[in-house]
Amino acid sequence: MLRFVKHHLETLENVSIYPIISLSIFVVFFAGLLFWTFRMKKNDLENAKQIPFDKLK
Amino acid sequence: MEKEHFNYDNIIVKKFLHATLIWGIVGMTIGLFLAFLFLYPDLNFGISWLSFGRLRPLHTNAVIFAFVGNALFAGVYYSLQRLLKARLYSNFLSNFNFWGWQLIIVAAAITLPLGITTSKEYAELEWPIDIAIALVWVAFGINMIGTIVKRRQRHLYVAIWFYLATFVTVAVLHIFNSFEYPVNLLKSYSVYAGVQDALVQWWYGHNAVAFFLTTPFLGLMYYFIPKASDRPIYSYRLSIVHFWSLIFIYIWAGPHHLLYSALPDWAQNLGVAFSVMLIAPSWGGMINGLLTLRGVWDKVRNEPILKFMVVAITGYGMATLEGPLLSLKNINAIAHFSDWVIAHVHVGALAWNGFLTFGMIYWLVPKLWKTKLHSVSLANTHFWLGTLGIVLYTIPMYISGVTQAFMWKQFNPDGSLVYGNFLETVAQIIPMYWMRAIGGSLYLIGAFVMLYNIYKTMSQGATVTDEEASAAPLLRLKKGRFAGEKYHSWLERKPVQFILITTVVILIGGAVQIIPTLLVKSNVPTISSVKPYTPLELEGRDLYIREGCVSCHSQMIRPFRSEVARYGTFSKGGEYVYDHPFLWGSKRTGPDLLRVGKKYLDSWHFNHFHDPQAISPGSIMPRYPWLIQNELDTSETVAKMRAMVAIGVPYTDEEIDNANHDLLKQSLQIEQNLFEDQQIEAVFKNTQGPPLHKREVIAMIAYLQRLGTDISQTQLETINNSK
Repeated sequence: MLRFVKHHLETLENVSIYPIISLSIFVVFFAGLLFWTFRMKKNDLENAKQIPFDKLK
Repeated sequence: MEKEHFNYDNIIVKKFLHATLIWGIVGMTIGLFLAFLFLYPDLNFGISWLSFGRLRPLHTNAVIFAFVGNALFAGVYYSLQRLLKARLYSNFLSNFNFWGWQLIIVAAAITLPLGITTSKEYAELEWPIDIAIALVWVAFGINMIGTIVKRRQRHLYVAIWFYLATFVTVAVLHIFNSFEYPVNLLKSYSVYAGVQDALVQWWYGHNAVAFFLTTPFLGLMYYFIPKASDRPIYSYRLSIVHFWSLIFIYIWAGPHHLLYSALPDWAQNLGVAFSVMLIAPSWGGMINGLLTLRGVWDKVRNEPILKFMVVAITGYGMATLEGPLLSLKNINAIAHFSDWVIAHVHVGALAWNGFLTFGMIYWLVPKLWKTKLHSVSLANTHFWLGTLGIVLYTIPMYISGVTQAFMWKQFNPDGSLVYGNFLETVAQIIPMYWMRAIGGSLYLIGAFVMLYNIYKTMSQGATVTDEEASAAPLLRLKKGRFAGEKYHSWLERKPVQFILITTVVILIGGAVQIIPTLLVKSNVPTISSVKPYTPLELEGRDLYIREGCVSCHSQMIRPFRSEVARYGTFSKGGEYVYDHPFLWGSKRTGPDLLRVGKKYLDSWHFNHFHDPQAISPGSIMPRYPWLIQNELDTSETVAKMRAMVAIGVPYTDEEIDNANHDLLKQSLQIEQNLFEDQQIEAVFKNTQGPPLHKREVIAMIAYLQRLGTDISQTQLETINNSK
């Protein structure tokens, strides 16, 4: 099955760039995530916490 | 707005709870039997389907997919309905999910002991069962997403995100790892070979732990801990960070199972880096779970449910600290292939999955059966038996792992191995295997105490019925975000977008690691003298797979002086290019076999299969009388070779046409070699049944004698120098 796709990436050079790219992706992802969550409204978060208890404010 | 009335489906939860209890006992009992096989290797009484190699995958599959799997469905189906204020989407899909899953488990319980296996860890089931798993899993997903669509609670609670990630990722993993080329209904070969197969397998294997044993249980933690303690989760912000960073990082960590192997270095290092990062989200989750209980620790003292949950989360924390540590190359060099790994996985399985499931059962059963728990003191007894069981299981396994690993690596001043005979290192740890069996027994007795307690609770309770509920329907909202609505809040009410983003997040890691390994040629340098197996060797390899030899014997010599001195030159990626599937193994209960070829006489192997203890006193390898008695089935040899050609093994038409002839010729040669041993000749020259050269053991010997012999020492030096 792999025969059909096998020959396209064979010449890819400097494959070791992958770890660096991936670490960068993660750092950006994680920083964005922290930024998101700290901008969330306290009230929304309190409401969300109460969902299992069926007593929404 | 007027409220709508509806029913929560409790019947399906009840069914899954029954299944959890039954399969849990079954899976653990098989595990205990296996523990005793280490002490009494012939406890299977020469019966093939009770042998260690065949039952080990049944134990792991039963515990992971039957016990934890049914607990996962029970917990998800219970909490999902309440969190969404909606009945499950479809009764048919719920029941299809239940009966389909049980049928798959029964199919596994039949096929694995018969030796019908792909040999890839936690993915041993053959292709028709793989298809059934995919169907049932998709039914589960549709049922879950359907319920989300008709929900009456706009915001998706954090537990549901974990459930969704579980569904999406397990589907992706299962499909990609199960690409197999069928020979017949019960036999297939992995389309990947050697290094590539290993990478895909451990990308799957590691993430089966992540997304089958961890994420759904984190979802259950986020629901059942607040419910059982009557306290909301400690920090919702932390849960968001926990979720996204966990699912993003987990998927990268697979290669830490292949450190120092023939996998390209860049992939190994990537696996290590992300494994270390995993500590952060894992401990974030653990802290979030434990801190939920702040202010109610007095309840933990009296309430067995919370006790179980606290030990479960603590076990999660310990296992997720240990995992990254085990991924460090210097620690992995010692721990890998040893009992340390067995200890590690049992902290996860017994404490995290087992105890969270027990806590959930003790909480759910009185609710569903509308009664009180039959006996709190019996639940406490179970708790202490289980906890003591975990301690007595894991500590001896840590000691055993470290002891044996250091013995493997010890040198005399003259440069020879101190324990050159592998068996000396086994004899040293037998007392630890005894203690492990005792610990396992305690844990199992605890589970039986629970079974009795739960049975009594169910009998004294009322019949389980659907639960009436009411809630207002959701209003249709305008598209897009409201004024001032933050992006994540918007996302949390948008299930489809949520699933899509989740899928992208989990695909990144897999794509970065797997695509280059599959496609970039220089990652697996070929070695011209490595040739495909002969027909007889191919049949022998299939017997090696059938008997689960890979459970105890690795075929991966790491580049350490101690391993090279013991086993021979270290493994090269190019040696495995025709290995569909790879058989590197993950545990050395016995020695590595990669270079066992030509090391012993054919008759040594024959006598060893007949009676290992006679050849190697103190060995814990079982006897294989059926290999010596059974006639080799060669009816599919040609079909197997054609299947191999289809997935890239270069057999010529001539080789395939002459397959049976070549097979016979090689068999007769081995028979002749065996008859040089007078004892074998006396017994088997004029024996009843098929002639000796037609028996299975001949193919097995042919395969073992081939192992690692394709590259000679001089060639190896050339390869090394040209690097």
